[in-house]
Amino acid sequence: MRQFWAEYAENRVALAALLVVLGVVAAALLAPFIAPQDPYDLAGLDLMDARRPPGTVGSGGITHWLGTDAQGRDLLSAILFGLRISLEMGLAAGVVALTIGVSLGILAAHAGGWVETGVMRIIDLQLSFPPILLALVLVAVLGQGRVPLVVALVTAQYAYFARTAYGAATAERQKDYIEAARATPLSPARVVFGHILPNCLPPLMVVATVQIANAIALEATLSFLGLGLPPTEPSLGMLIANGFPYMMSGRSWISVYPGIALIVLIVAINLVGDQLRDQFNPRLRR
Amino acid sequence: MPGYIIQRLLQAGLVMMAMSALVFVGVHAIGNPIDLLISPDATQDIRAATIAHYGLDQPLWRQYLAFLGRLAAGDLGRSLVFNIPVTQLVFSRLPATLELAVSAVLVGALLGIPLGMWAGYRPESPVSRAIMALSVLGFSVPTFWVGLILILTFAVNLGWLPAGNRGPTVEVFGIGWSFLTLEGLTFLILPALNLSLFKLALMIRLARAGTREVMLGDTVKFARAAGISEFDILRHHVLRLISIPLVTVFGLEFGSTLAFAVVTETIFSWPGVGKLIIDSITSLDRPVMVGYLVLVAFLFVTLNLVVDLSYALLDPRLRRGGGRV
Repeated sequence: MRQFWAEYAENRVALAALLVVLGVVAAALLAPFIAPQDPYDLAGLDLMDARRPPGTVGSGGITHWLGTDAQGRDLLSAILFGLRISLEMGLAAGVVALTIGVSLGILAAHAGGWVETGVMRIIDLQLSFPPILLALVLVAVLGQGRVPLVVALVTAQYAYFARTAYGAATAERQKDYIEAARATPLSPARVVFGHILPNCLPPLMVVATVQIANAIALEATLSFLGLGLPPTEPSLGMLIANGFPYMMSGRSWISVYPGIALIVLIVAINLVGDQLRDQFNPRLRR
Repeated sequence: MPGYIIQRLLQAGLVMMAMSALVFVGVHAIGNPIDLLISPDATQDIRAATIAHYGLDQPLWRQYLAFLGRLAAGDLGRSLVFNIPVTQLVFSRLPATLELAVSAVLVGALLGIPLGMWAGYRPESPVSRAIMALSVLGFSVPTFWVGLILILTFAVNLGWLPAGNRGPTVEVFGIGWSFLTLEGLTFLILPALNLSLFKLALMIRLARAGTREVMLGDTVKFARAAGISEFDILRHHVLRLISIPLVTVFGLEFGSTLAFAVVTETIFSWPGVGKLIIDSITSLDRPVMVGYLVLVAFLFVTLNLVVDLSYALLDPRLRRGGGRV
């Protein structure tokens, strides 16, 4: 573990990316304490403060470092709370998709026969459809809200986990130690959880990192299209969408700052994922 | 071989049935379109008559069977909002989307392949590093955000290009096209660039990986020994060798470009099918939603079928009936 960490820290960019991710997560977790204003408290908003440029001191005596949006909401606070929602959705979708996908993939690899053929057929079929289209259909069908959104994201993503787990598990299955473990009176569950699963973890961790970033991006896209969470829970995508009409009149900060927060988060997660992939790749090992 | 084709066709048919049932039932689970169709102060009789007119009083499985029957005859129903046949509506919007998607794929290939080849040819140079950074951004930054930045930069701040809509079109064979006039082109540039970004990143990666591999091979060694200039080696030998995977991905990506057009069309108010589906979701226009989704599912199933069958033609191992693929 220590050696792994030392190797990770050698790449300065990846190290910086990890720090950014941790910083953003911390800021999102602490949002209620560090945000200058509660963006959900409608009574605390003043329409007189609407669409103020960055740096203006508002009527409540708060300095709006990043300006305010059309409802007079402090943008910095809105972004902090928006990050919270975006991260929540991304993580929830990632964890559920990981659980379902890995179970299916390992089940297919372990069971073999028609279960294997059937499950992998469905998963391959699903992978041939663009995730955004699947998510769009599901959100349209299920309506708005947290649960439908997570369901849509999970459906769009679990297949990637299933494919990775299946690939890793079939490679593992053929190795001698699994043969040996099967020959002993160990229960199949013990073989799967004790031997196959731990050896599939490295590639799954890489996919999980990238898929969480993808889930956040997909959620932002759906919210931007007005198909994500209801307007009472503005995620980053919705904040950007809300600012879009004001862009033409030169008030670009309403969209730009939430967007920068989103991009920094996504790119940082992807960079961490890239580094993990390089480190787990045995071909690149010295 | 015929066995394999029949198996694949049956499979494709089955998938289409499952998709259409899923979409139909799913779409009917949301909202009540009757509230949109008639004014709230209509009498009970008018209400009942309208419901009966659209067949909404029937049980769901009946409605689905009726839908399948009409589908077989090429009829997807009428839009509740526009009151014209869905097929007509979708096909009137399709050229705009096709034009956008084809332009995007072309931009992606024409820019991405040379850039990627350069990055593979000189992997250590700063230019190549910049190209690779661009491709990382193209993969990770969401399309809608890039679209926004393009509008902000080129339409709002610089004022060089229009920010949305389609502008004037020229009628050829009764269909309006943008790319035939200079003014039409100015409307096409930003959305096409926006939609192409993901393909661009993909093409750069593929071309780079292919070029790096080919450059180390014997072909290049012998071509150099024969005194052929570096440019000619790249153009004639390397490009030809890396083009097969590029063409495959090119074909596969076209479908997903059509799907991603939903986002780009919404941002740039481009009047294509993508904007149509978003509008129909917000206005609960069920027949349009079902029609669009069934058409897109059909498109994808067909694309996959064609790819699978052409692989079977190319790879003799797959020809001997059935088996695992």
